[in-house]
Amino acid sequence: MSELTKLDRRDFMRGAAAVTFAGAAYAAVGDKTEGTVWQLDPNKCTQCGRCSTHCVLNPSAVKCMNQFNICGYCDLCFGYLQPGSRGRDTGAENQLCPTAAIKRTYIEDPYYEYVIDEERCIGCAKCVKACLVFGNASFYLQIRQDICINCNECSIAKACPSDSFSRVPASTPYIYLTGGVETTIPVRKGEEPQEKTVQHPA
Amino acid sequence: MLLWLFIGGVLLASLPGNAAEMRFPPPDFQTEYRIPDLYTPAPATTNGVFDALMLFAALCITTWLVFRARSRRGLFLMSIFSLAYFGFYRTGCICPVGSTQNVLAGIFVPDVGVSIVVLSFFVMPLLFSLFFGRVFCASVCPLGAIQELVAIAPIRISPALDRTLGLGRYLYLGLATVGVATGAGFLICRYDPFVGLYRLGHSYGMLLAGGVILLLGVFIARPYCRFLCPYGVLLGWMSRFSKWHLDIPPSPCVSCRLCENSCPYNAIDMPTPAHLVEDPIKGKRRLRYILFASPLIIAMGAVGGYSIYEPLSRVHPTVALSERVALEDLGRVQGDILESRTFRASEKTVETLHGEALGLRDVFKKAGAWLGGFMALIICLKLIELSTVPKREVYTPHKETCFSCGRCYPYCPVEPKRVAS
Repeated sequence: MSELTKLDRRDFMRGAAAVTFAGAAYAAVGDKTEGTVWQLDPNKCTQCGRCSTHCVLNPSAVKCMNQFNICGYCDLCFGYLQPGSRGRDTGAENQLCPTAAIKRTYIEDPYYEYVIDEERCIGCAKCVKACLVFGNASFYLQIRQDICINCNECSIAKACPSDSFSRVPASTPYIYLTGGVETTIPVRKGEEPQEKTVQHPA
Repeated sequence: MLLWLFIGGVLLASLPGNAAEMRFPPPDFQTEYRIPDLYTPAPATTNGVFDALMLFAALCITTWLVFRARSRRGLFLMSIFSLAYFGFYRTGCICPVGSTQNVLAGIFVPDVGVSIVVLSFFVMPLLFSLFFGRVFCASVCPLGAIQELVAIAPIRISPALDRTLGLGRYLYLGLATVGVATGAGFLICRYDPFVGLYRLGHSYGMLLAGGVILLLGVFIARPYCRFLCPYGVLLGWMSRFSKWHLDIPPSPCVSCRLCENSCPYNAIDMPTPAHLVEDPIKGKRRLRYILFASPLIIAMGAVGGYSIYEPLSRVHPTVALSERVALEDLGRVQGDILESRTFRASEKTVETLHGEALGLRDVFKKAGAWLGGFMALIICLKLIELSTVPKREVYTPHKETCFSCGRCYPYCPVEPKRVAS
């Protein structure tokens, strides 16, 4: 092992190069280490439908959300019902959603609750568009962070025509709609993750 | 009623920022019903530190396999592991090849940071390369591993063709740098041919490209690594100055010529043939010519790169959109596309867009000149390398291009002697 202990000029250069290289790389990029994740801004979204087709995951990690404090709980929900549908009921022929991912539940006269079944939702934004044009605009698209694999370059971001996608801090990974009946939006965080370290994958 | 709603809806929708206003009043529930909370699960966390440790462990094991065990079989099995873990399990992300862009973004783009994990992914393989050669390529890189596994019937292509196509790696590195520096995007990730396979889904074009490269890789081993991989350029530079490197015979070479055809990568340098040994004065004169011509070649490259700024700038989405909008306005193209439609519906004016695009064009002029100059410099260095004939007496791996894959081990007759002892 004498080779290992003997330090000649070349080895010194090599060691120096390694230290300089790593040091320069660290200095160049700094220690801004907080992780970021992709998210889309619903205020910029134009409901083009590419979220459902351009995600590397199938079905897409983008899902529809219903912000209940904005929702009008309408009986005649344009996000739920196909235009020109015969009845206001759960019949498949009446639903706008191509995967029947919206669950309609009777609450009290005349209110109905609409809950998105995220297992079924493909993020096509058909309901979002209808609710924006005819209703309270309580439906909006969001990247579901527990599904998203956080690609280095998001495929949907690249295809998005309205530049809605950007990286946001992992500590505040959702962008909510403003307004509605309550100023603070009640959220259920889901289970706390085991590992706190979220990083920017390469 | 419906008609009224429709008109009202369209009018309201045309007003920006109407999200705060509620078209239908919030319900006043008489029953016990309470509005549900939004379900906002936290990001799916991957422990980056664990991945970095896995990378370090994989590099250590591969180094041991290359230097101590000298086992082609072991390296092959290691490739399968890397493909399974870094490829299919971690879905090809996090990867050192792509991390190059994150580091470049950290350098070129203000306010963009790189986490320690990503930085360690970038630096670790390079440091290993500086000491042990390209062990990362041997069987740690998931992109290399999948190509290594399909290289069943490799043929040797002529060194001239190999070298010429090999310039593609430098061009790709240059383009990726331009992409990051100008904000056009992460080209290496966008055109990663195998990530679609790891994630079992991608665009048709990229899946097709991945399939074609794999099919080609059956005969021309590792086409991506040899002709495209931008990270391979950096690894090669490090490996050239590596302290230790894989040796074909573990003890003195007997020049039996058996290993001559074992390498599908043209990475084994033969002993200098007698007819190539030339008059040193002649060689020096040629080298002098190249050295004198180099600044001229580099300047020409820079000018050439500058002159292609227009097509080059189209890689940036803003420039592409601006051109499309201009063509539509001039009536040169019929109809519109989603991007231009969305742009016209937005508040941004055509003038702002064209102004932004013109500004970006100027950035691309500079970037193009740098890219052209860089490519010309690389060509000059390659010419210098070609024109100098080093004196070699034994078969040695070429440190820069050797992937340390271990294909040559079983060919060496000195090898069994070492194993026996």
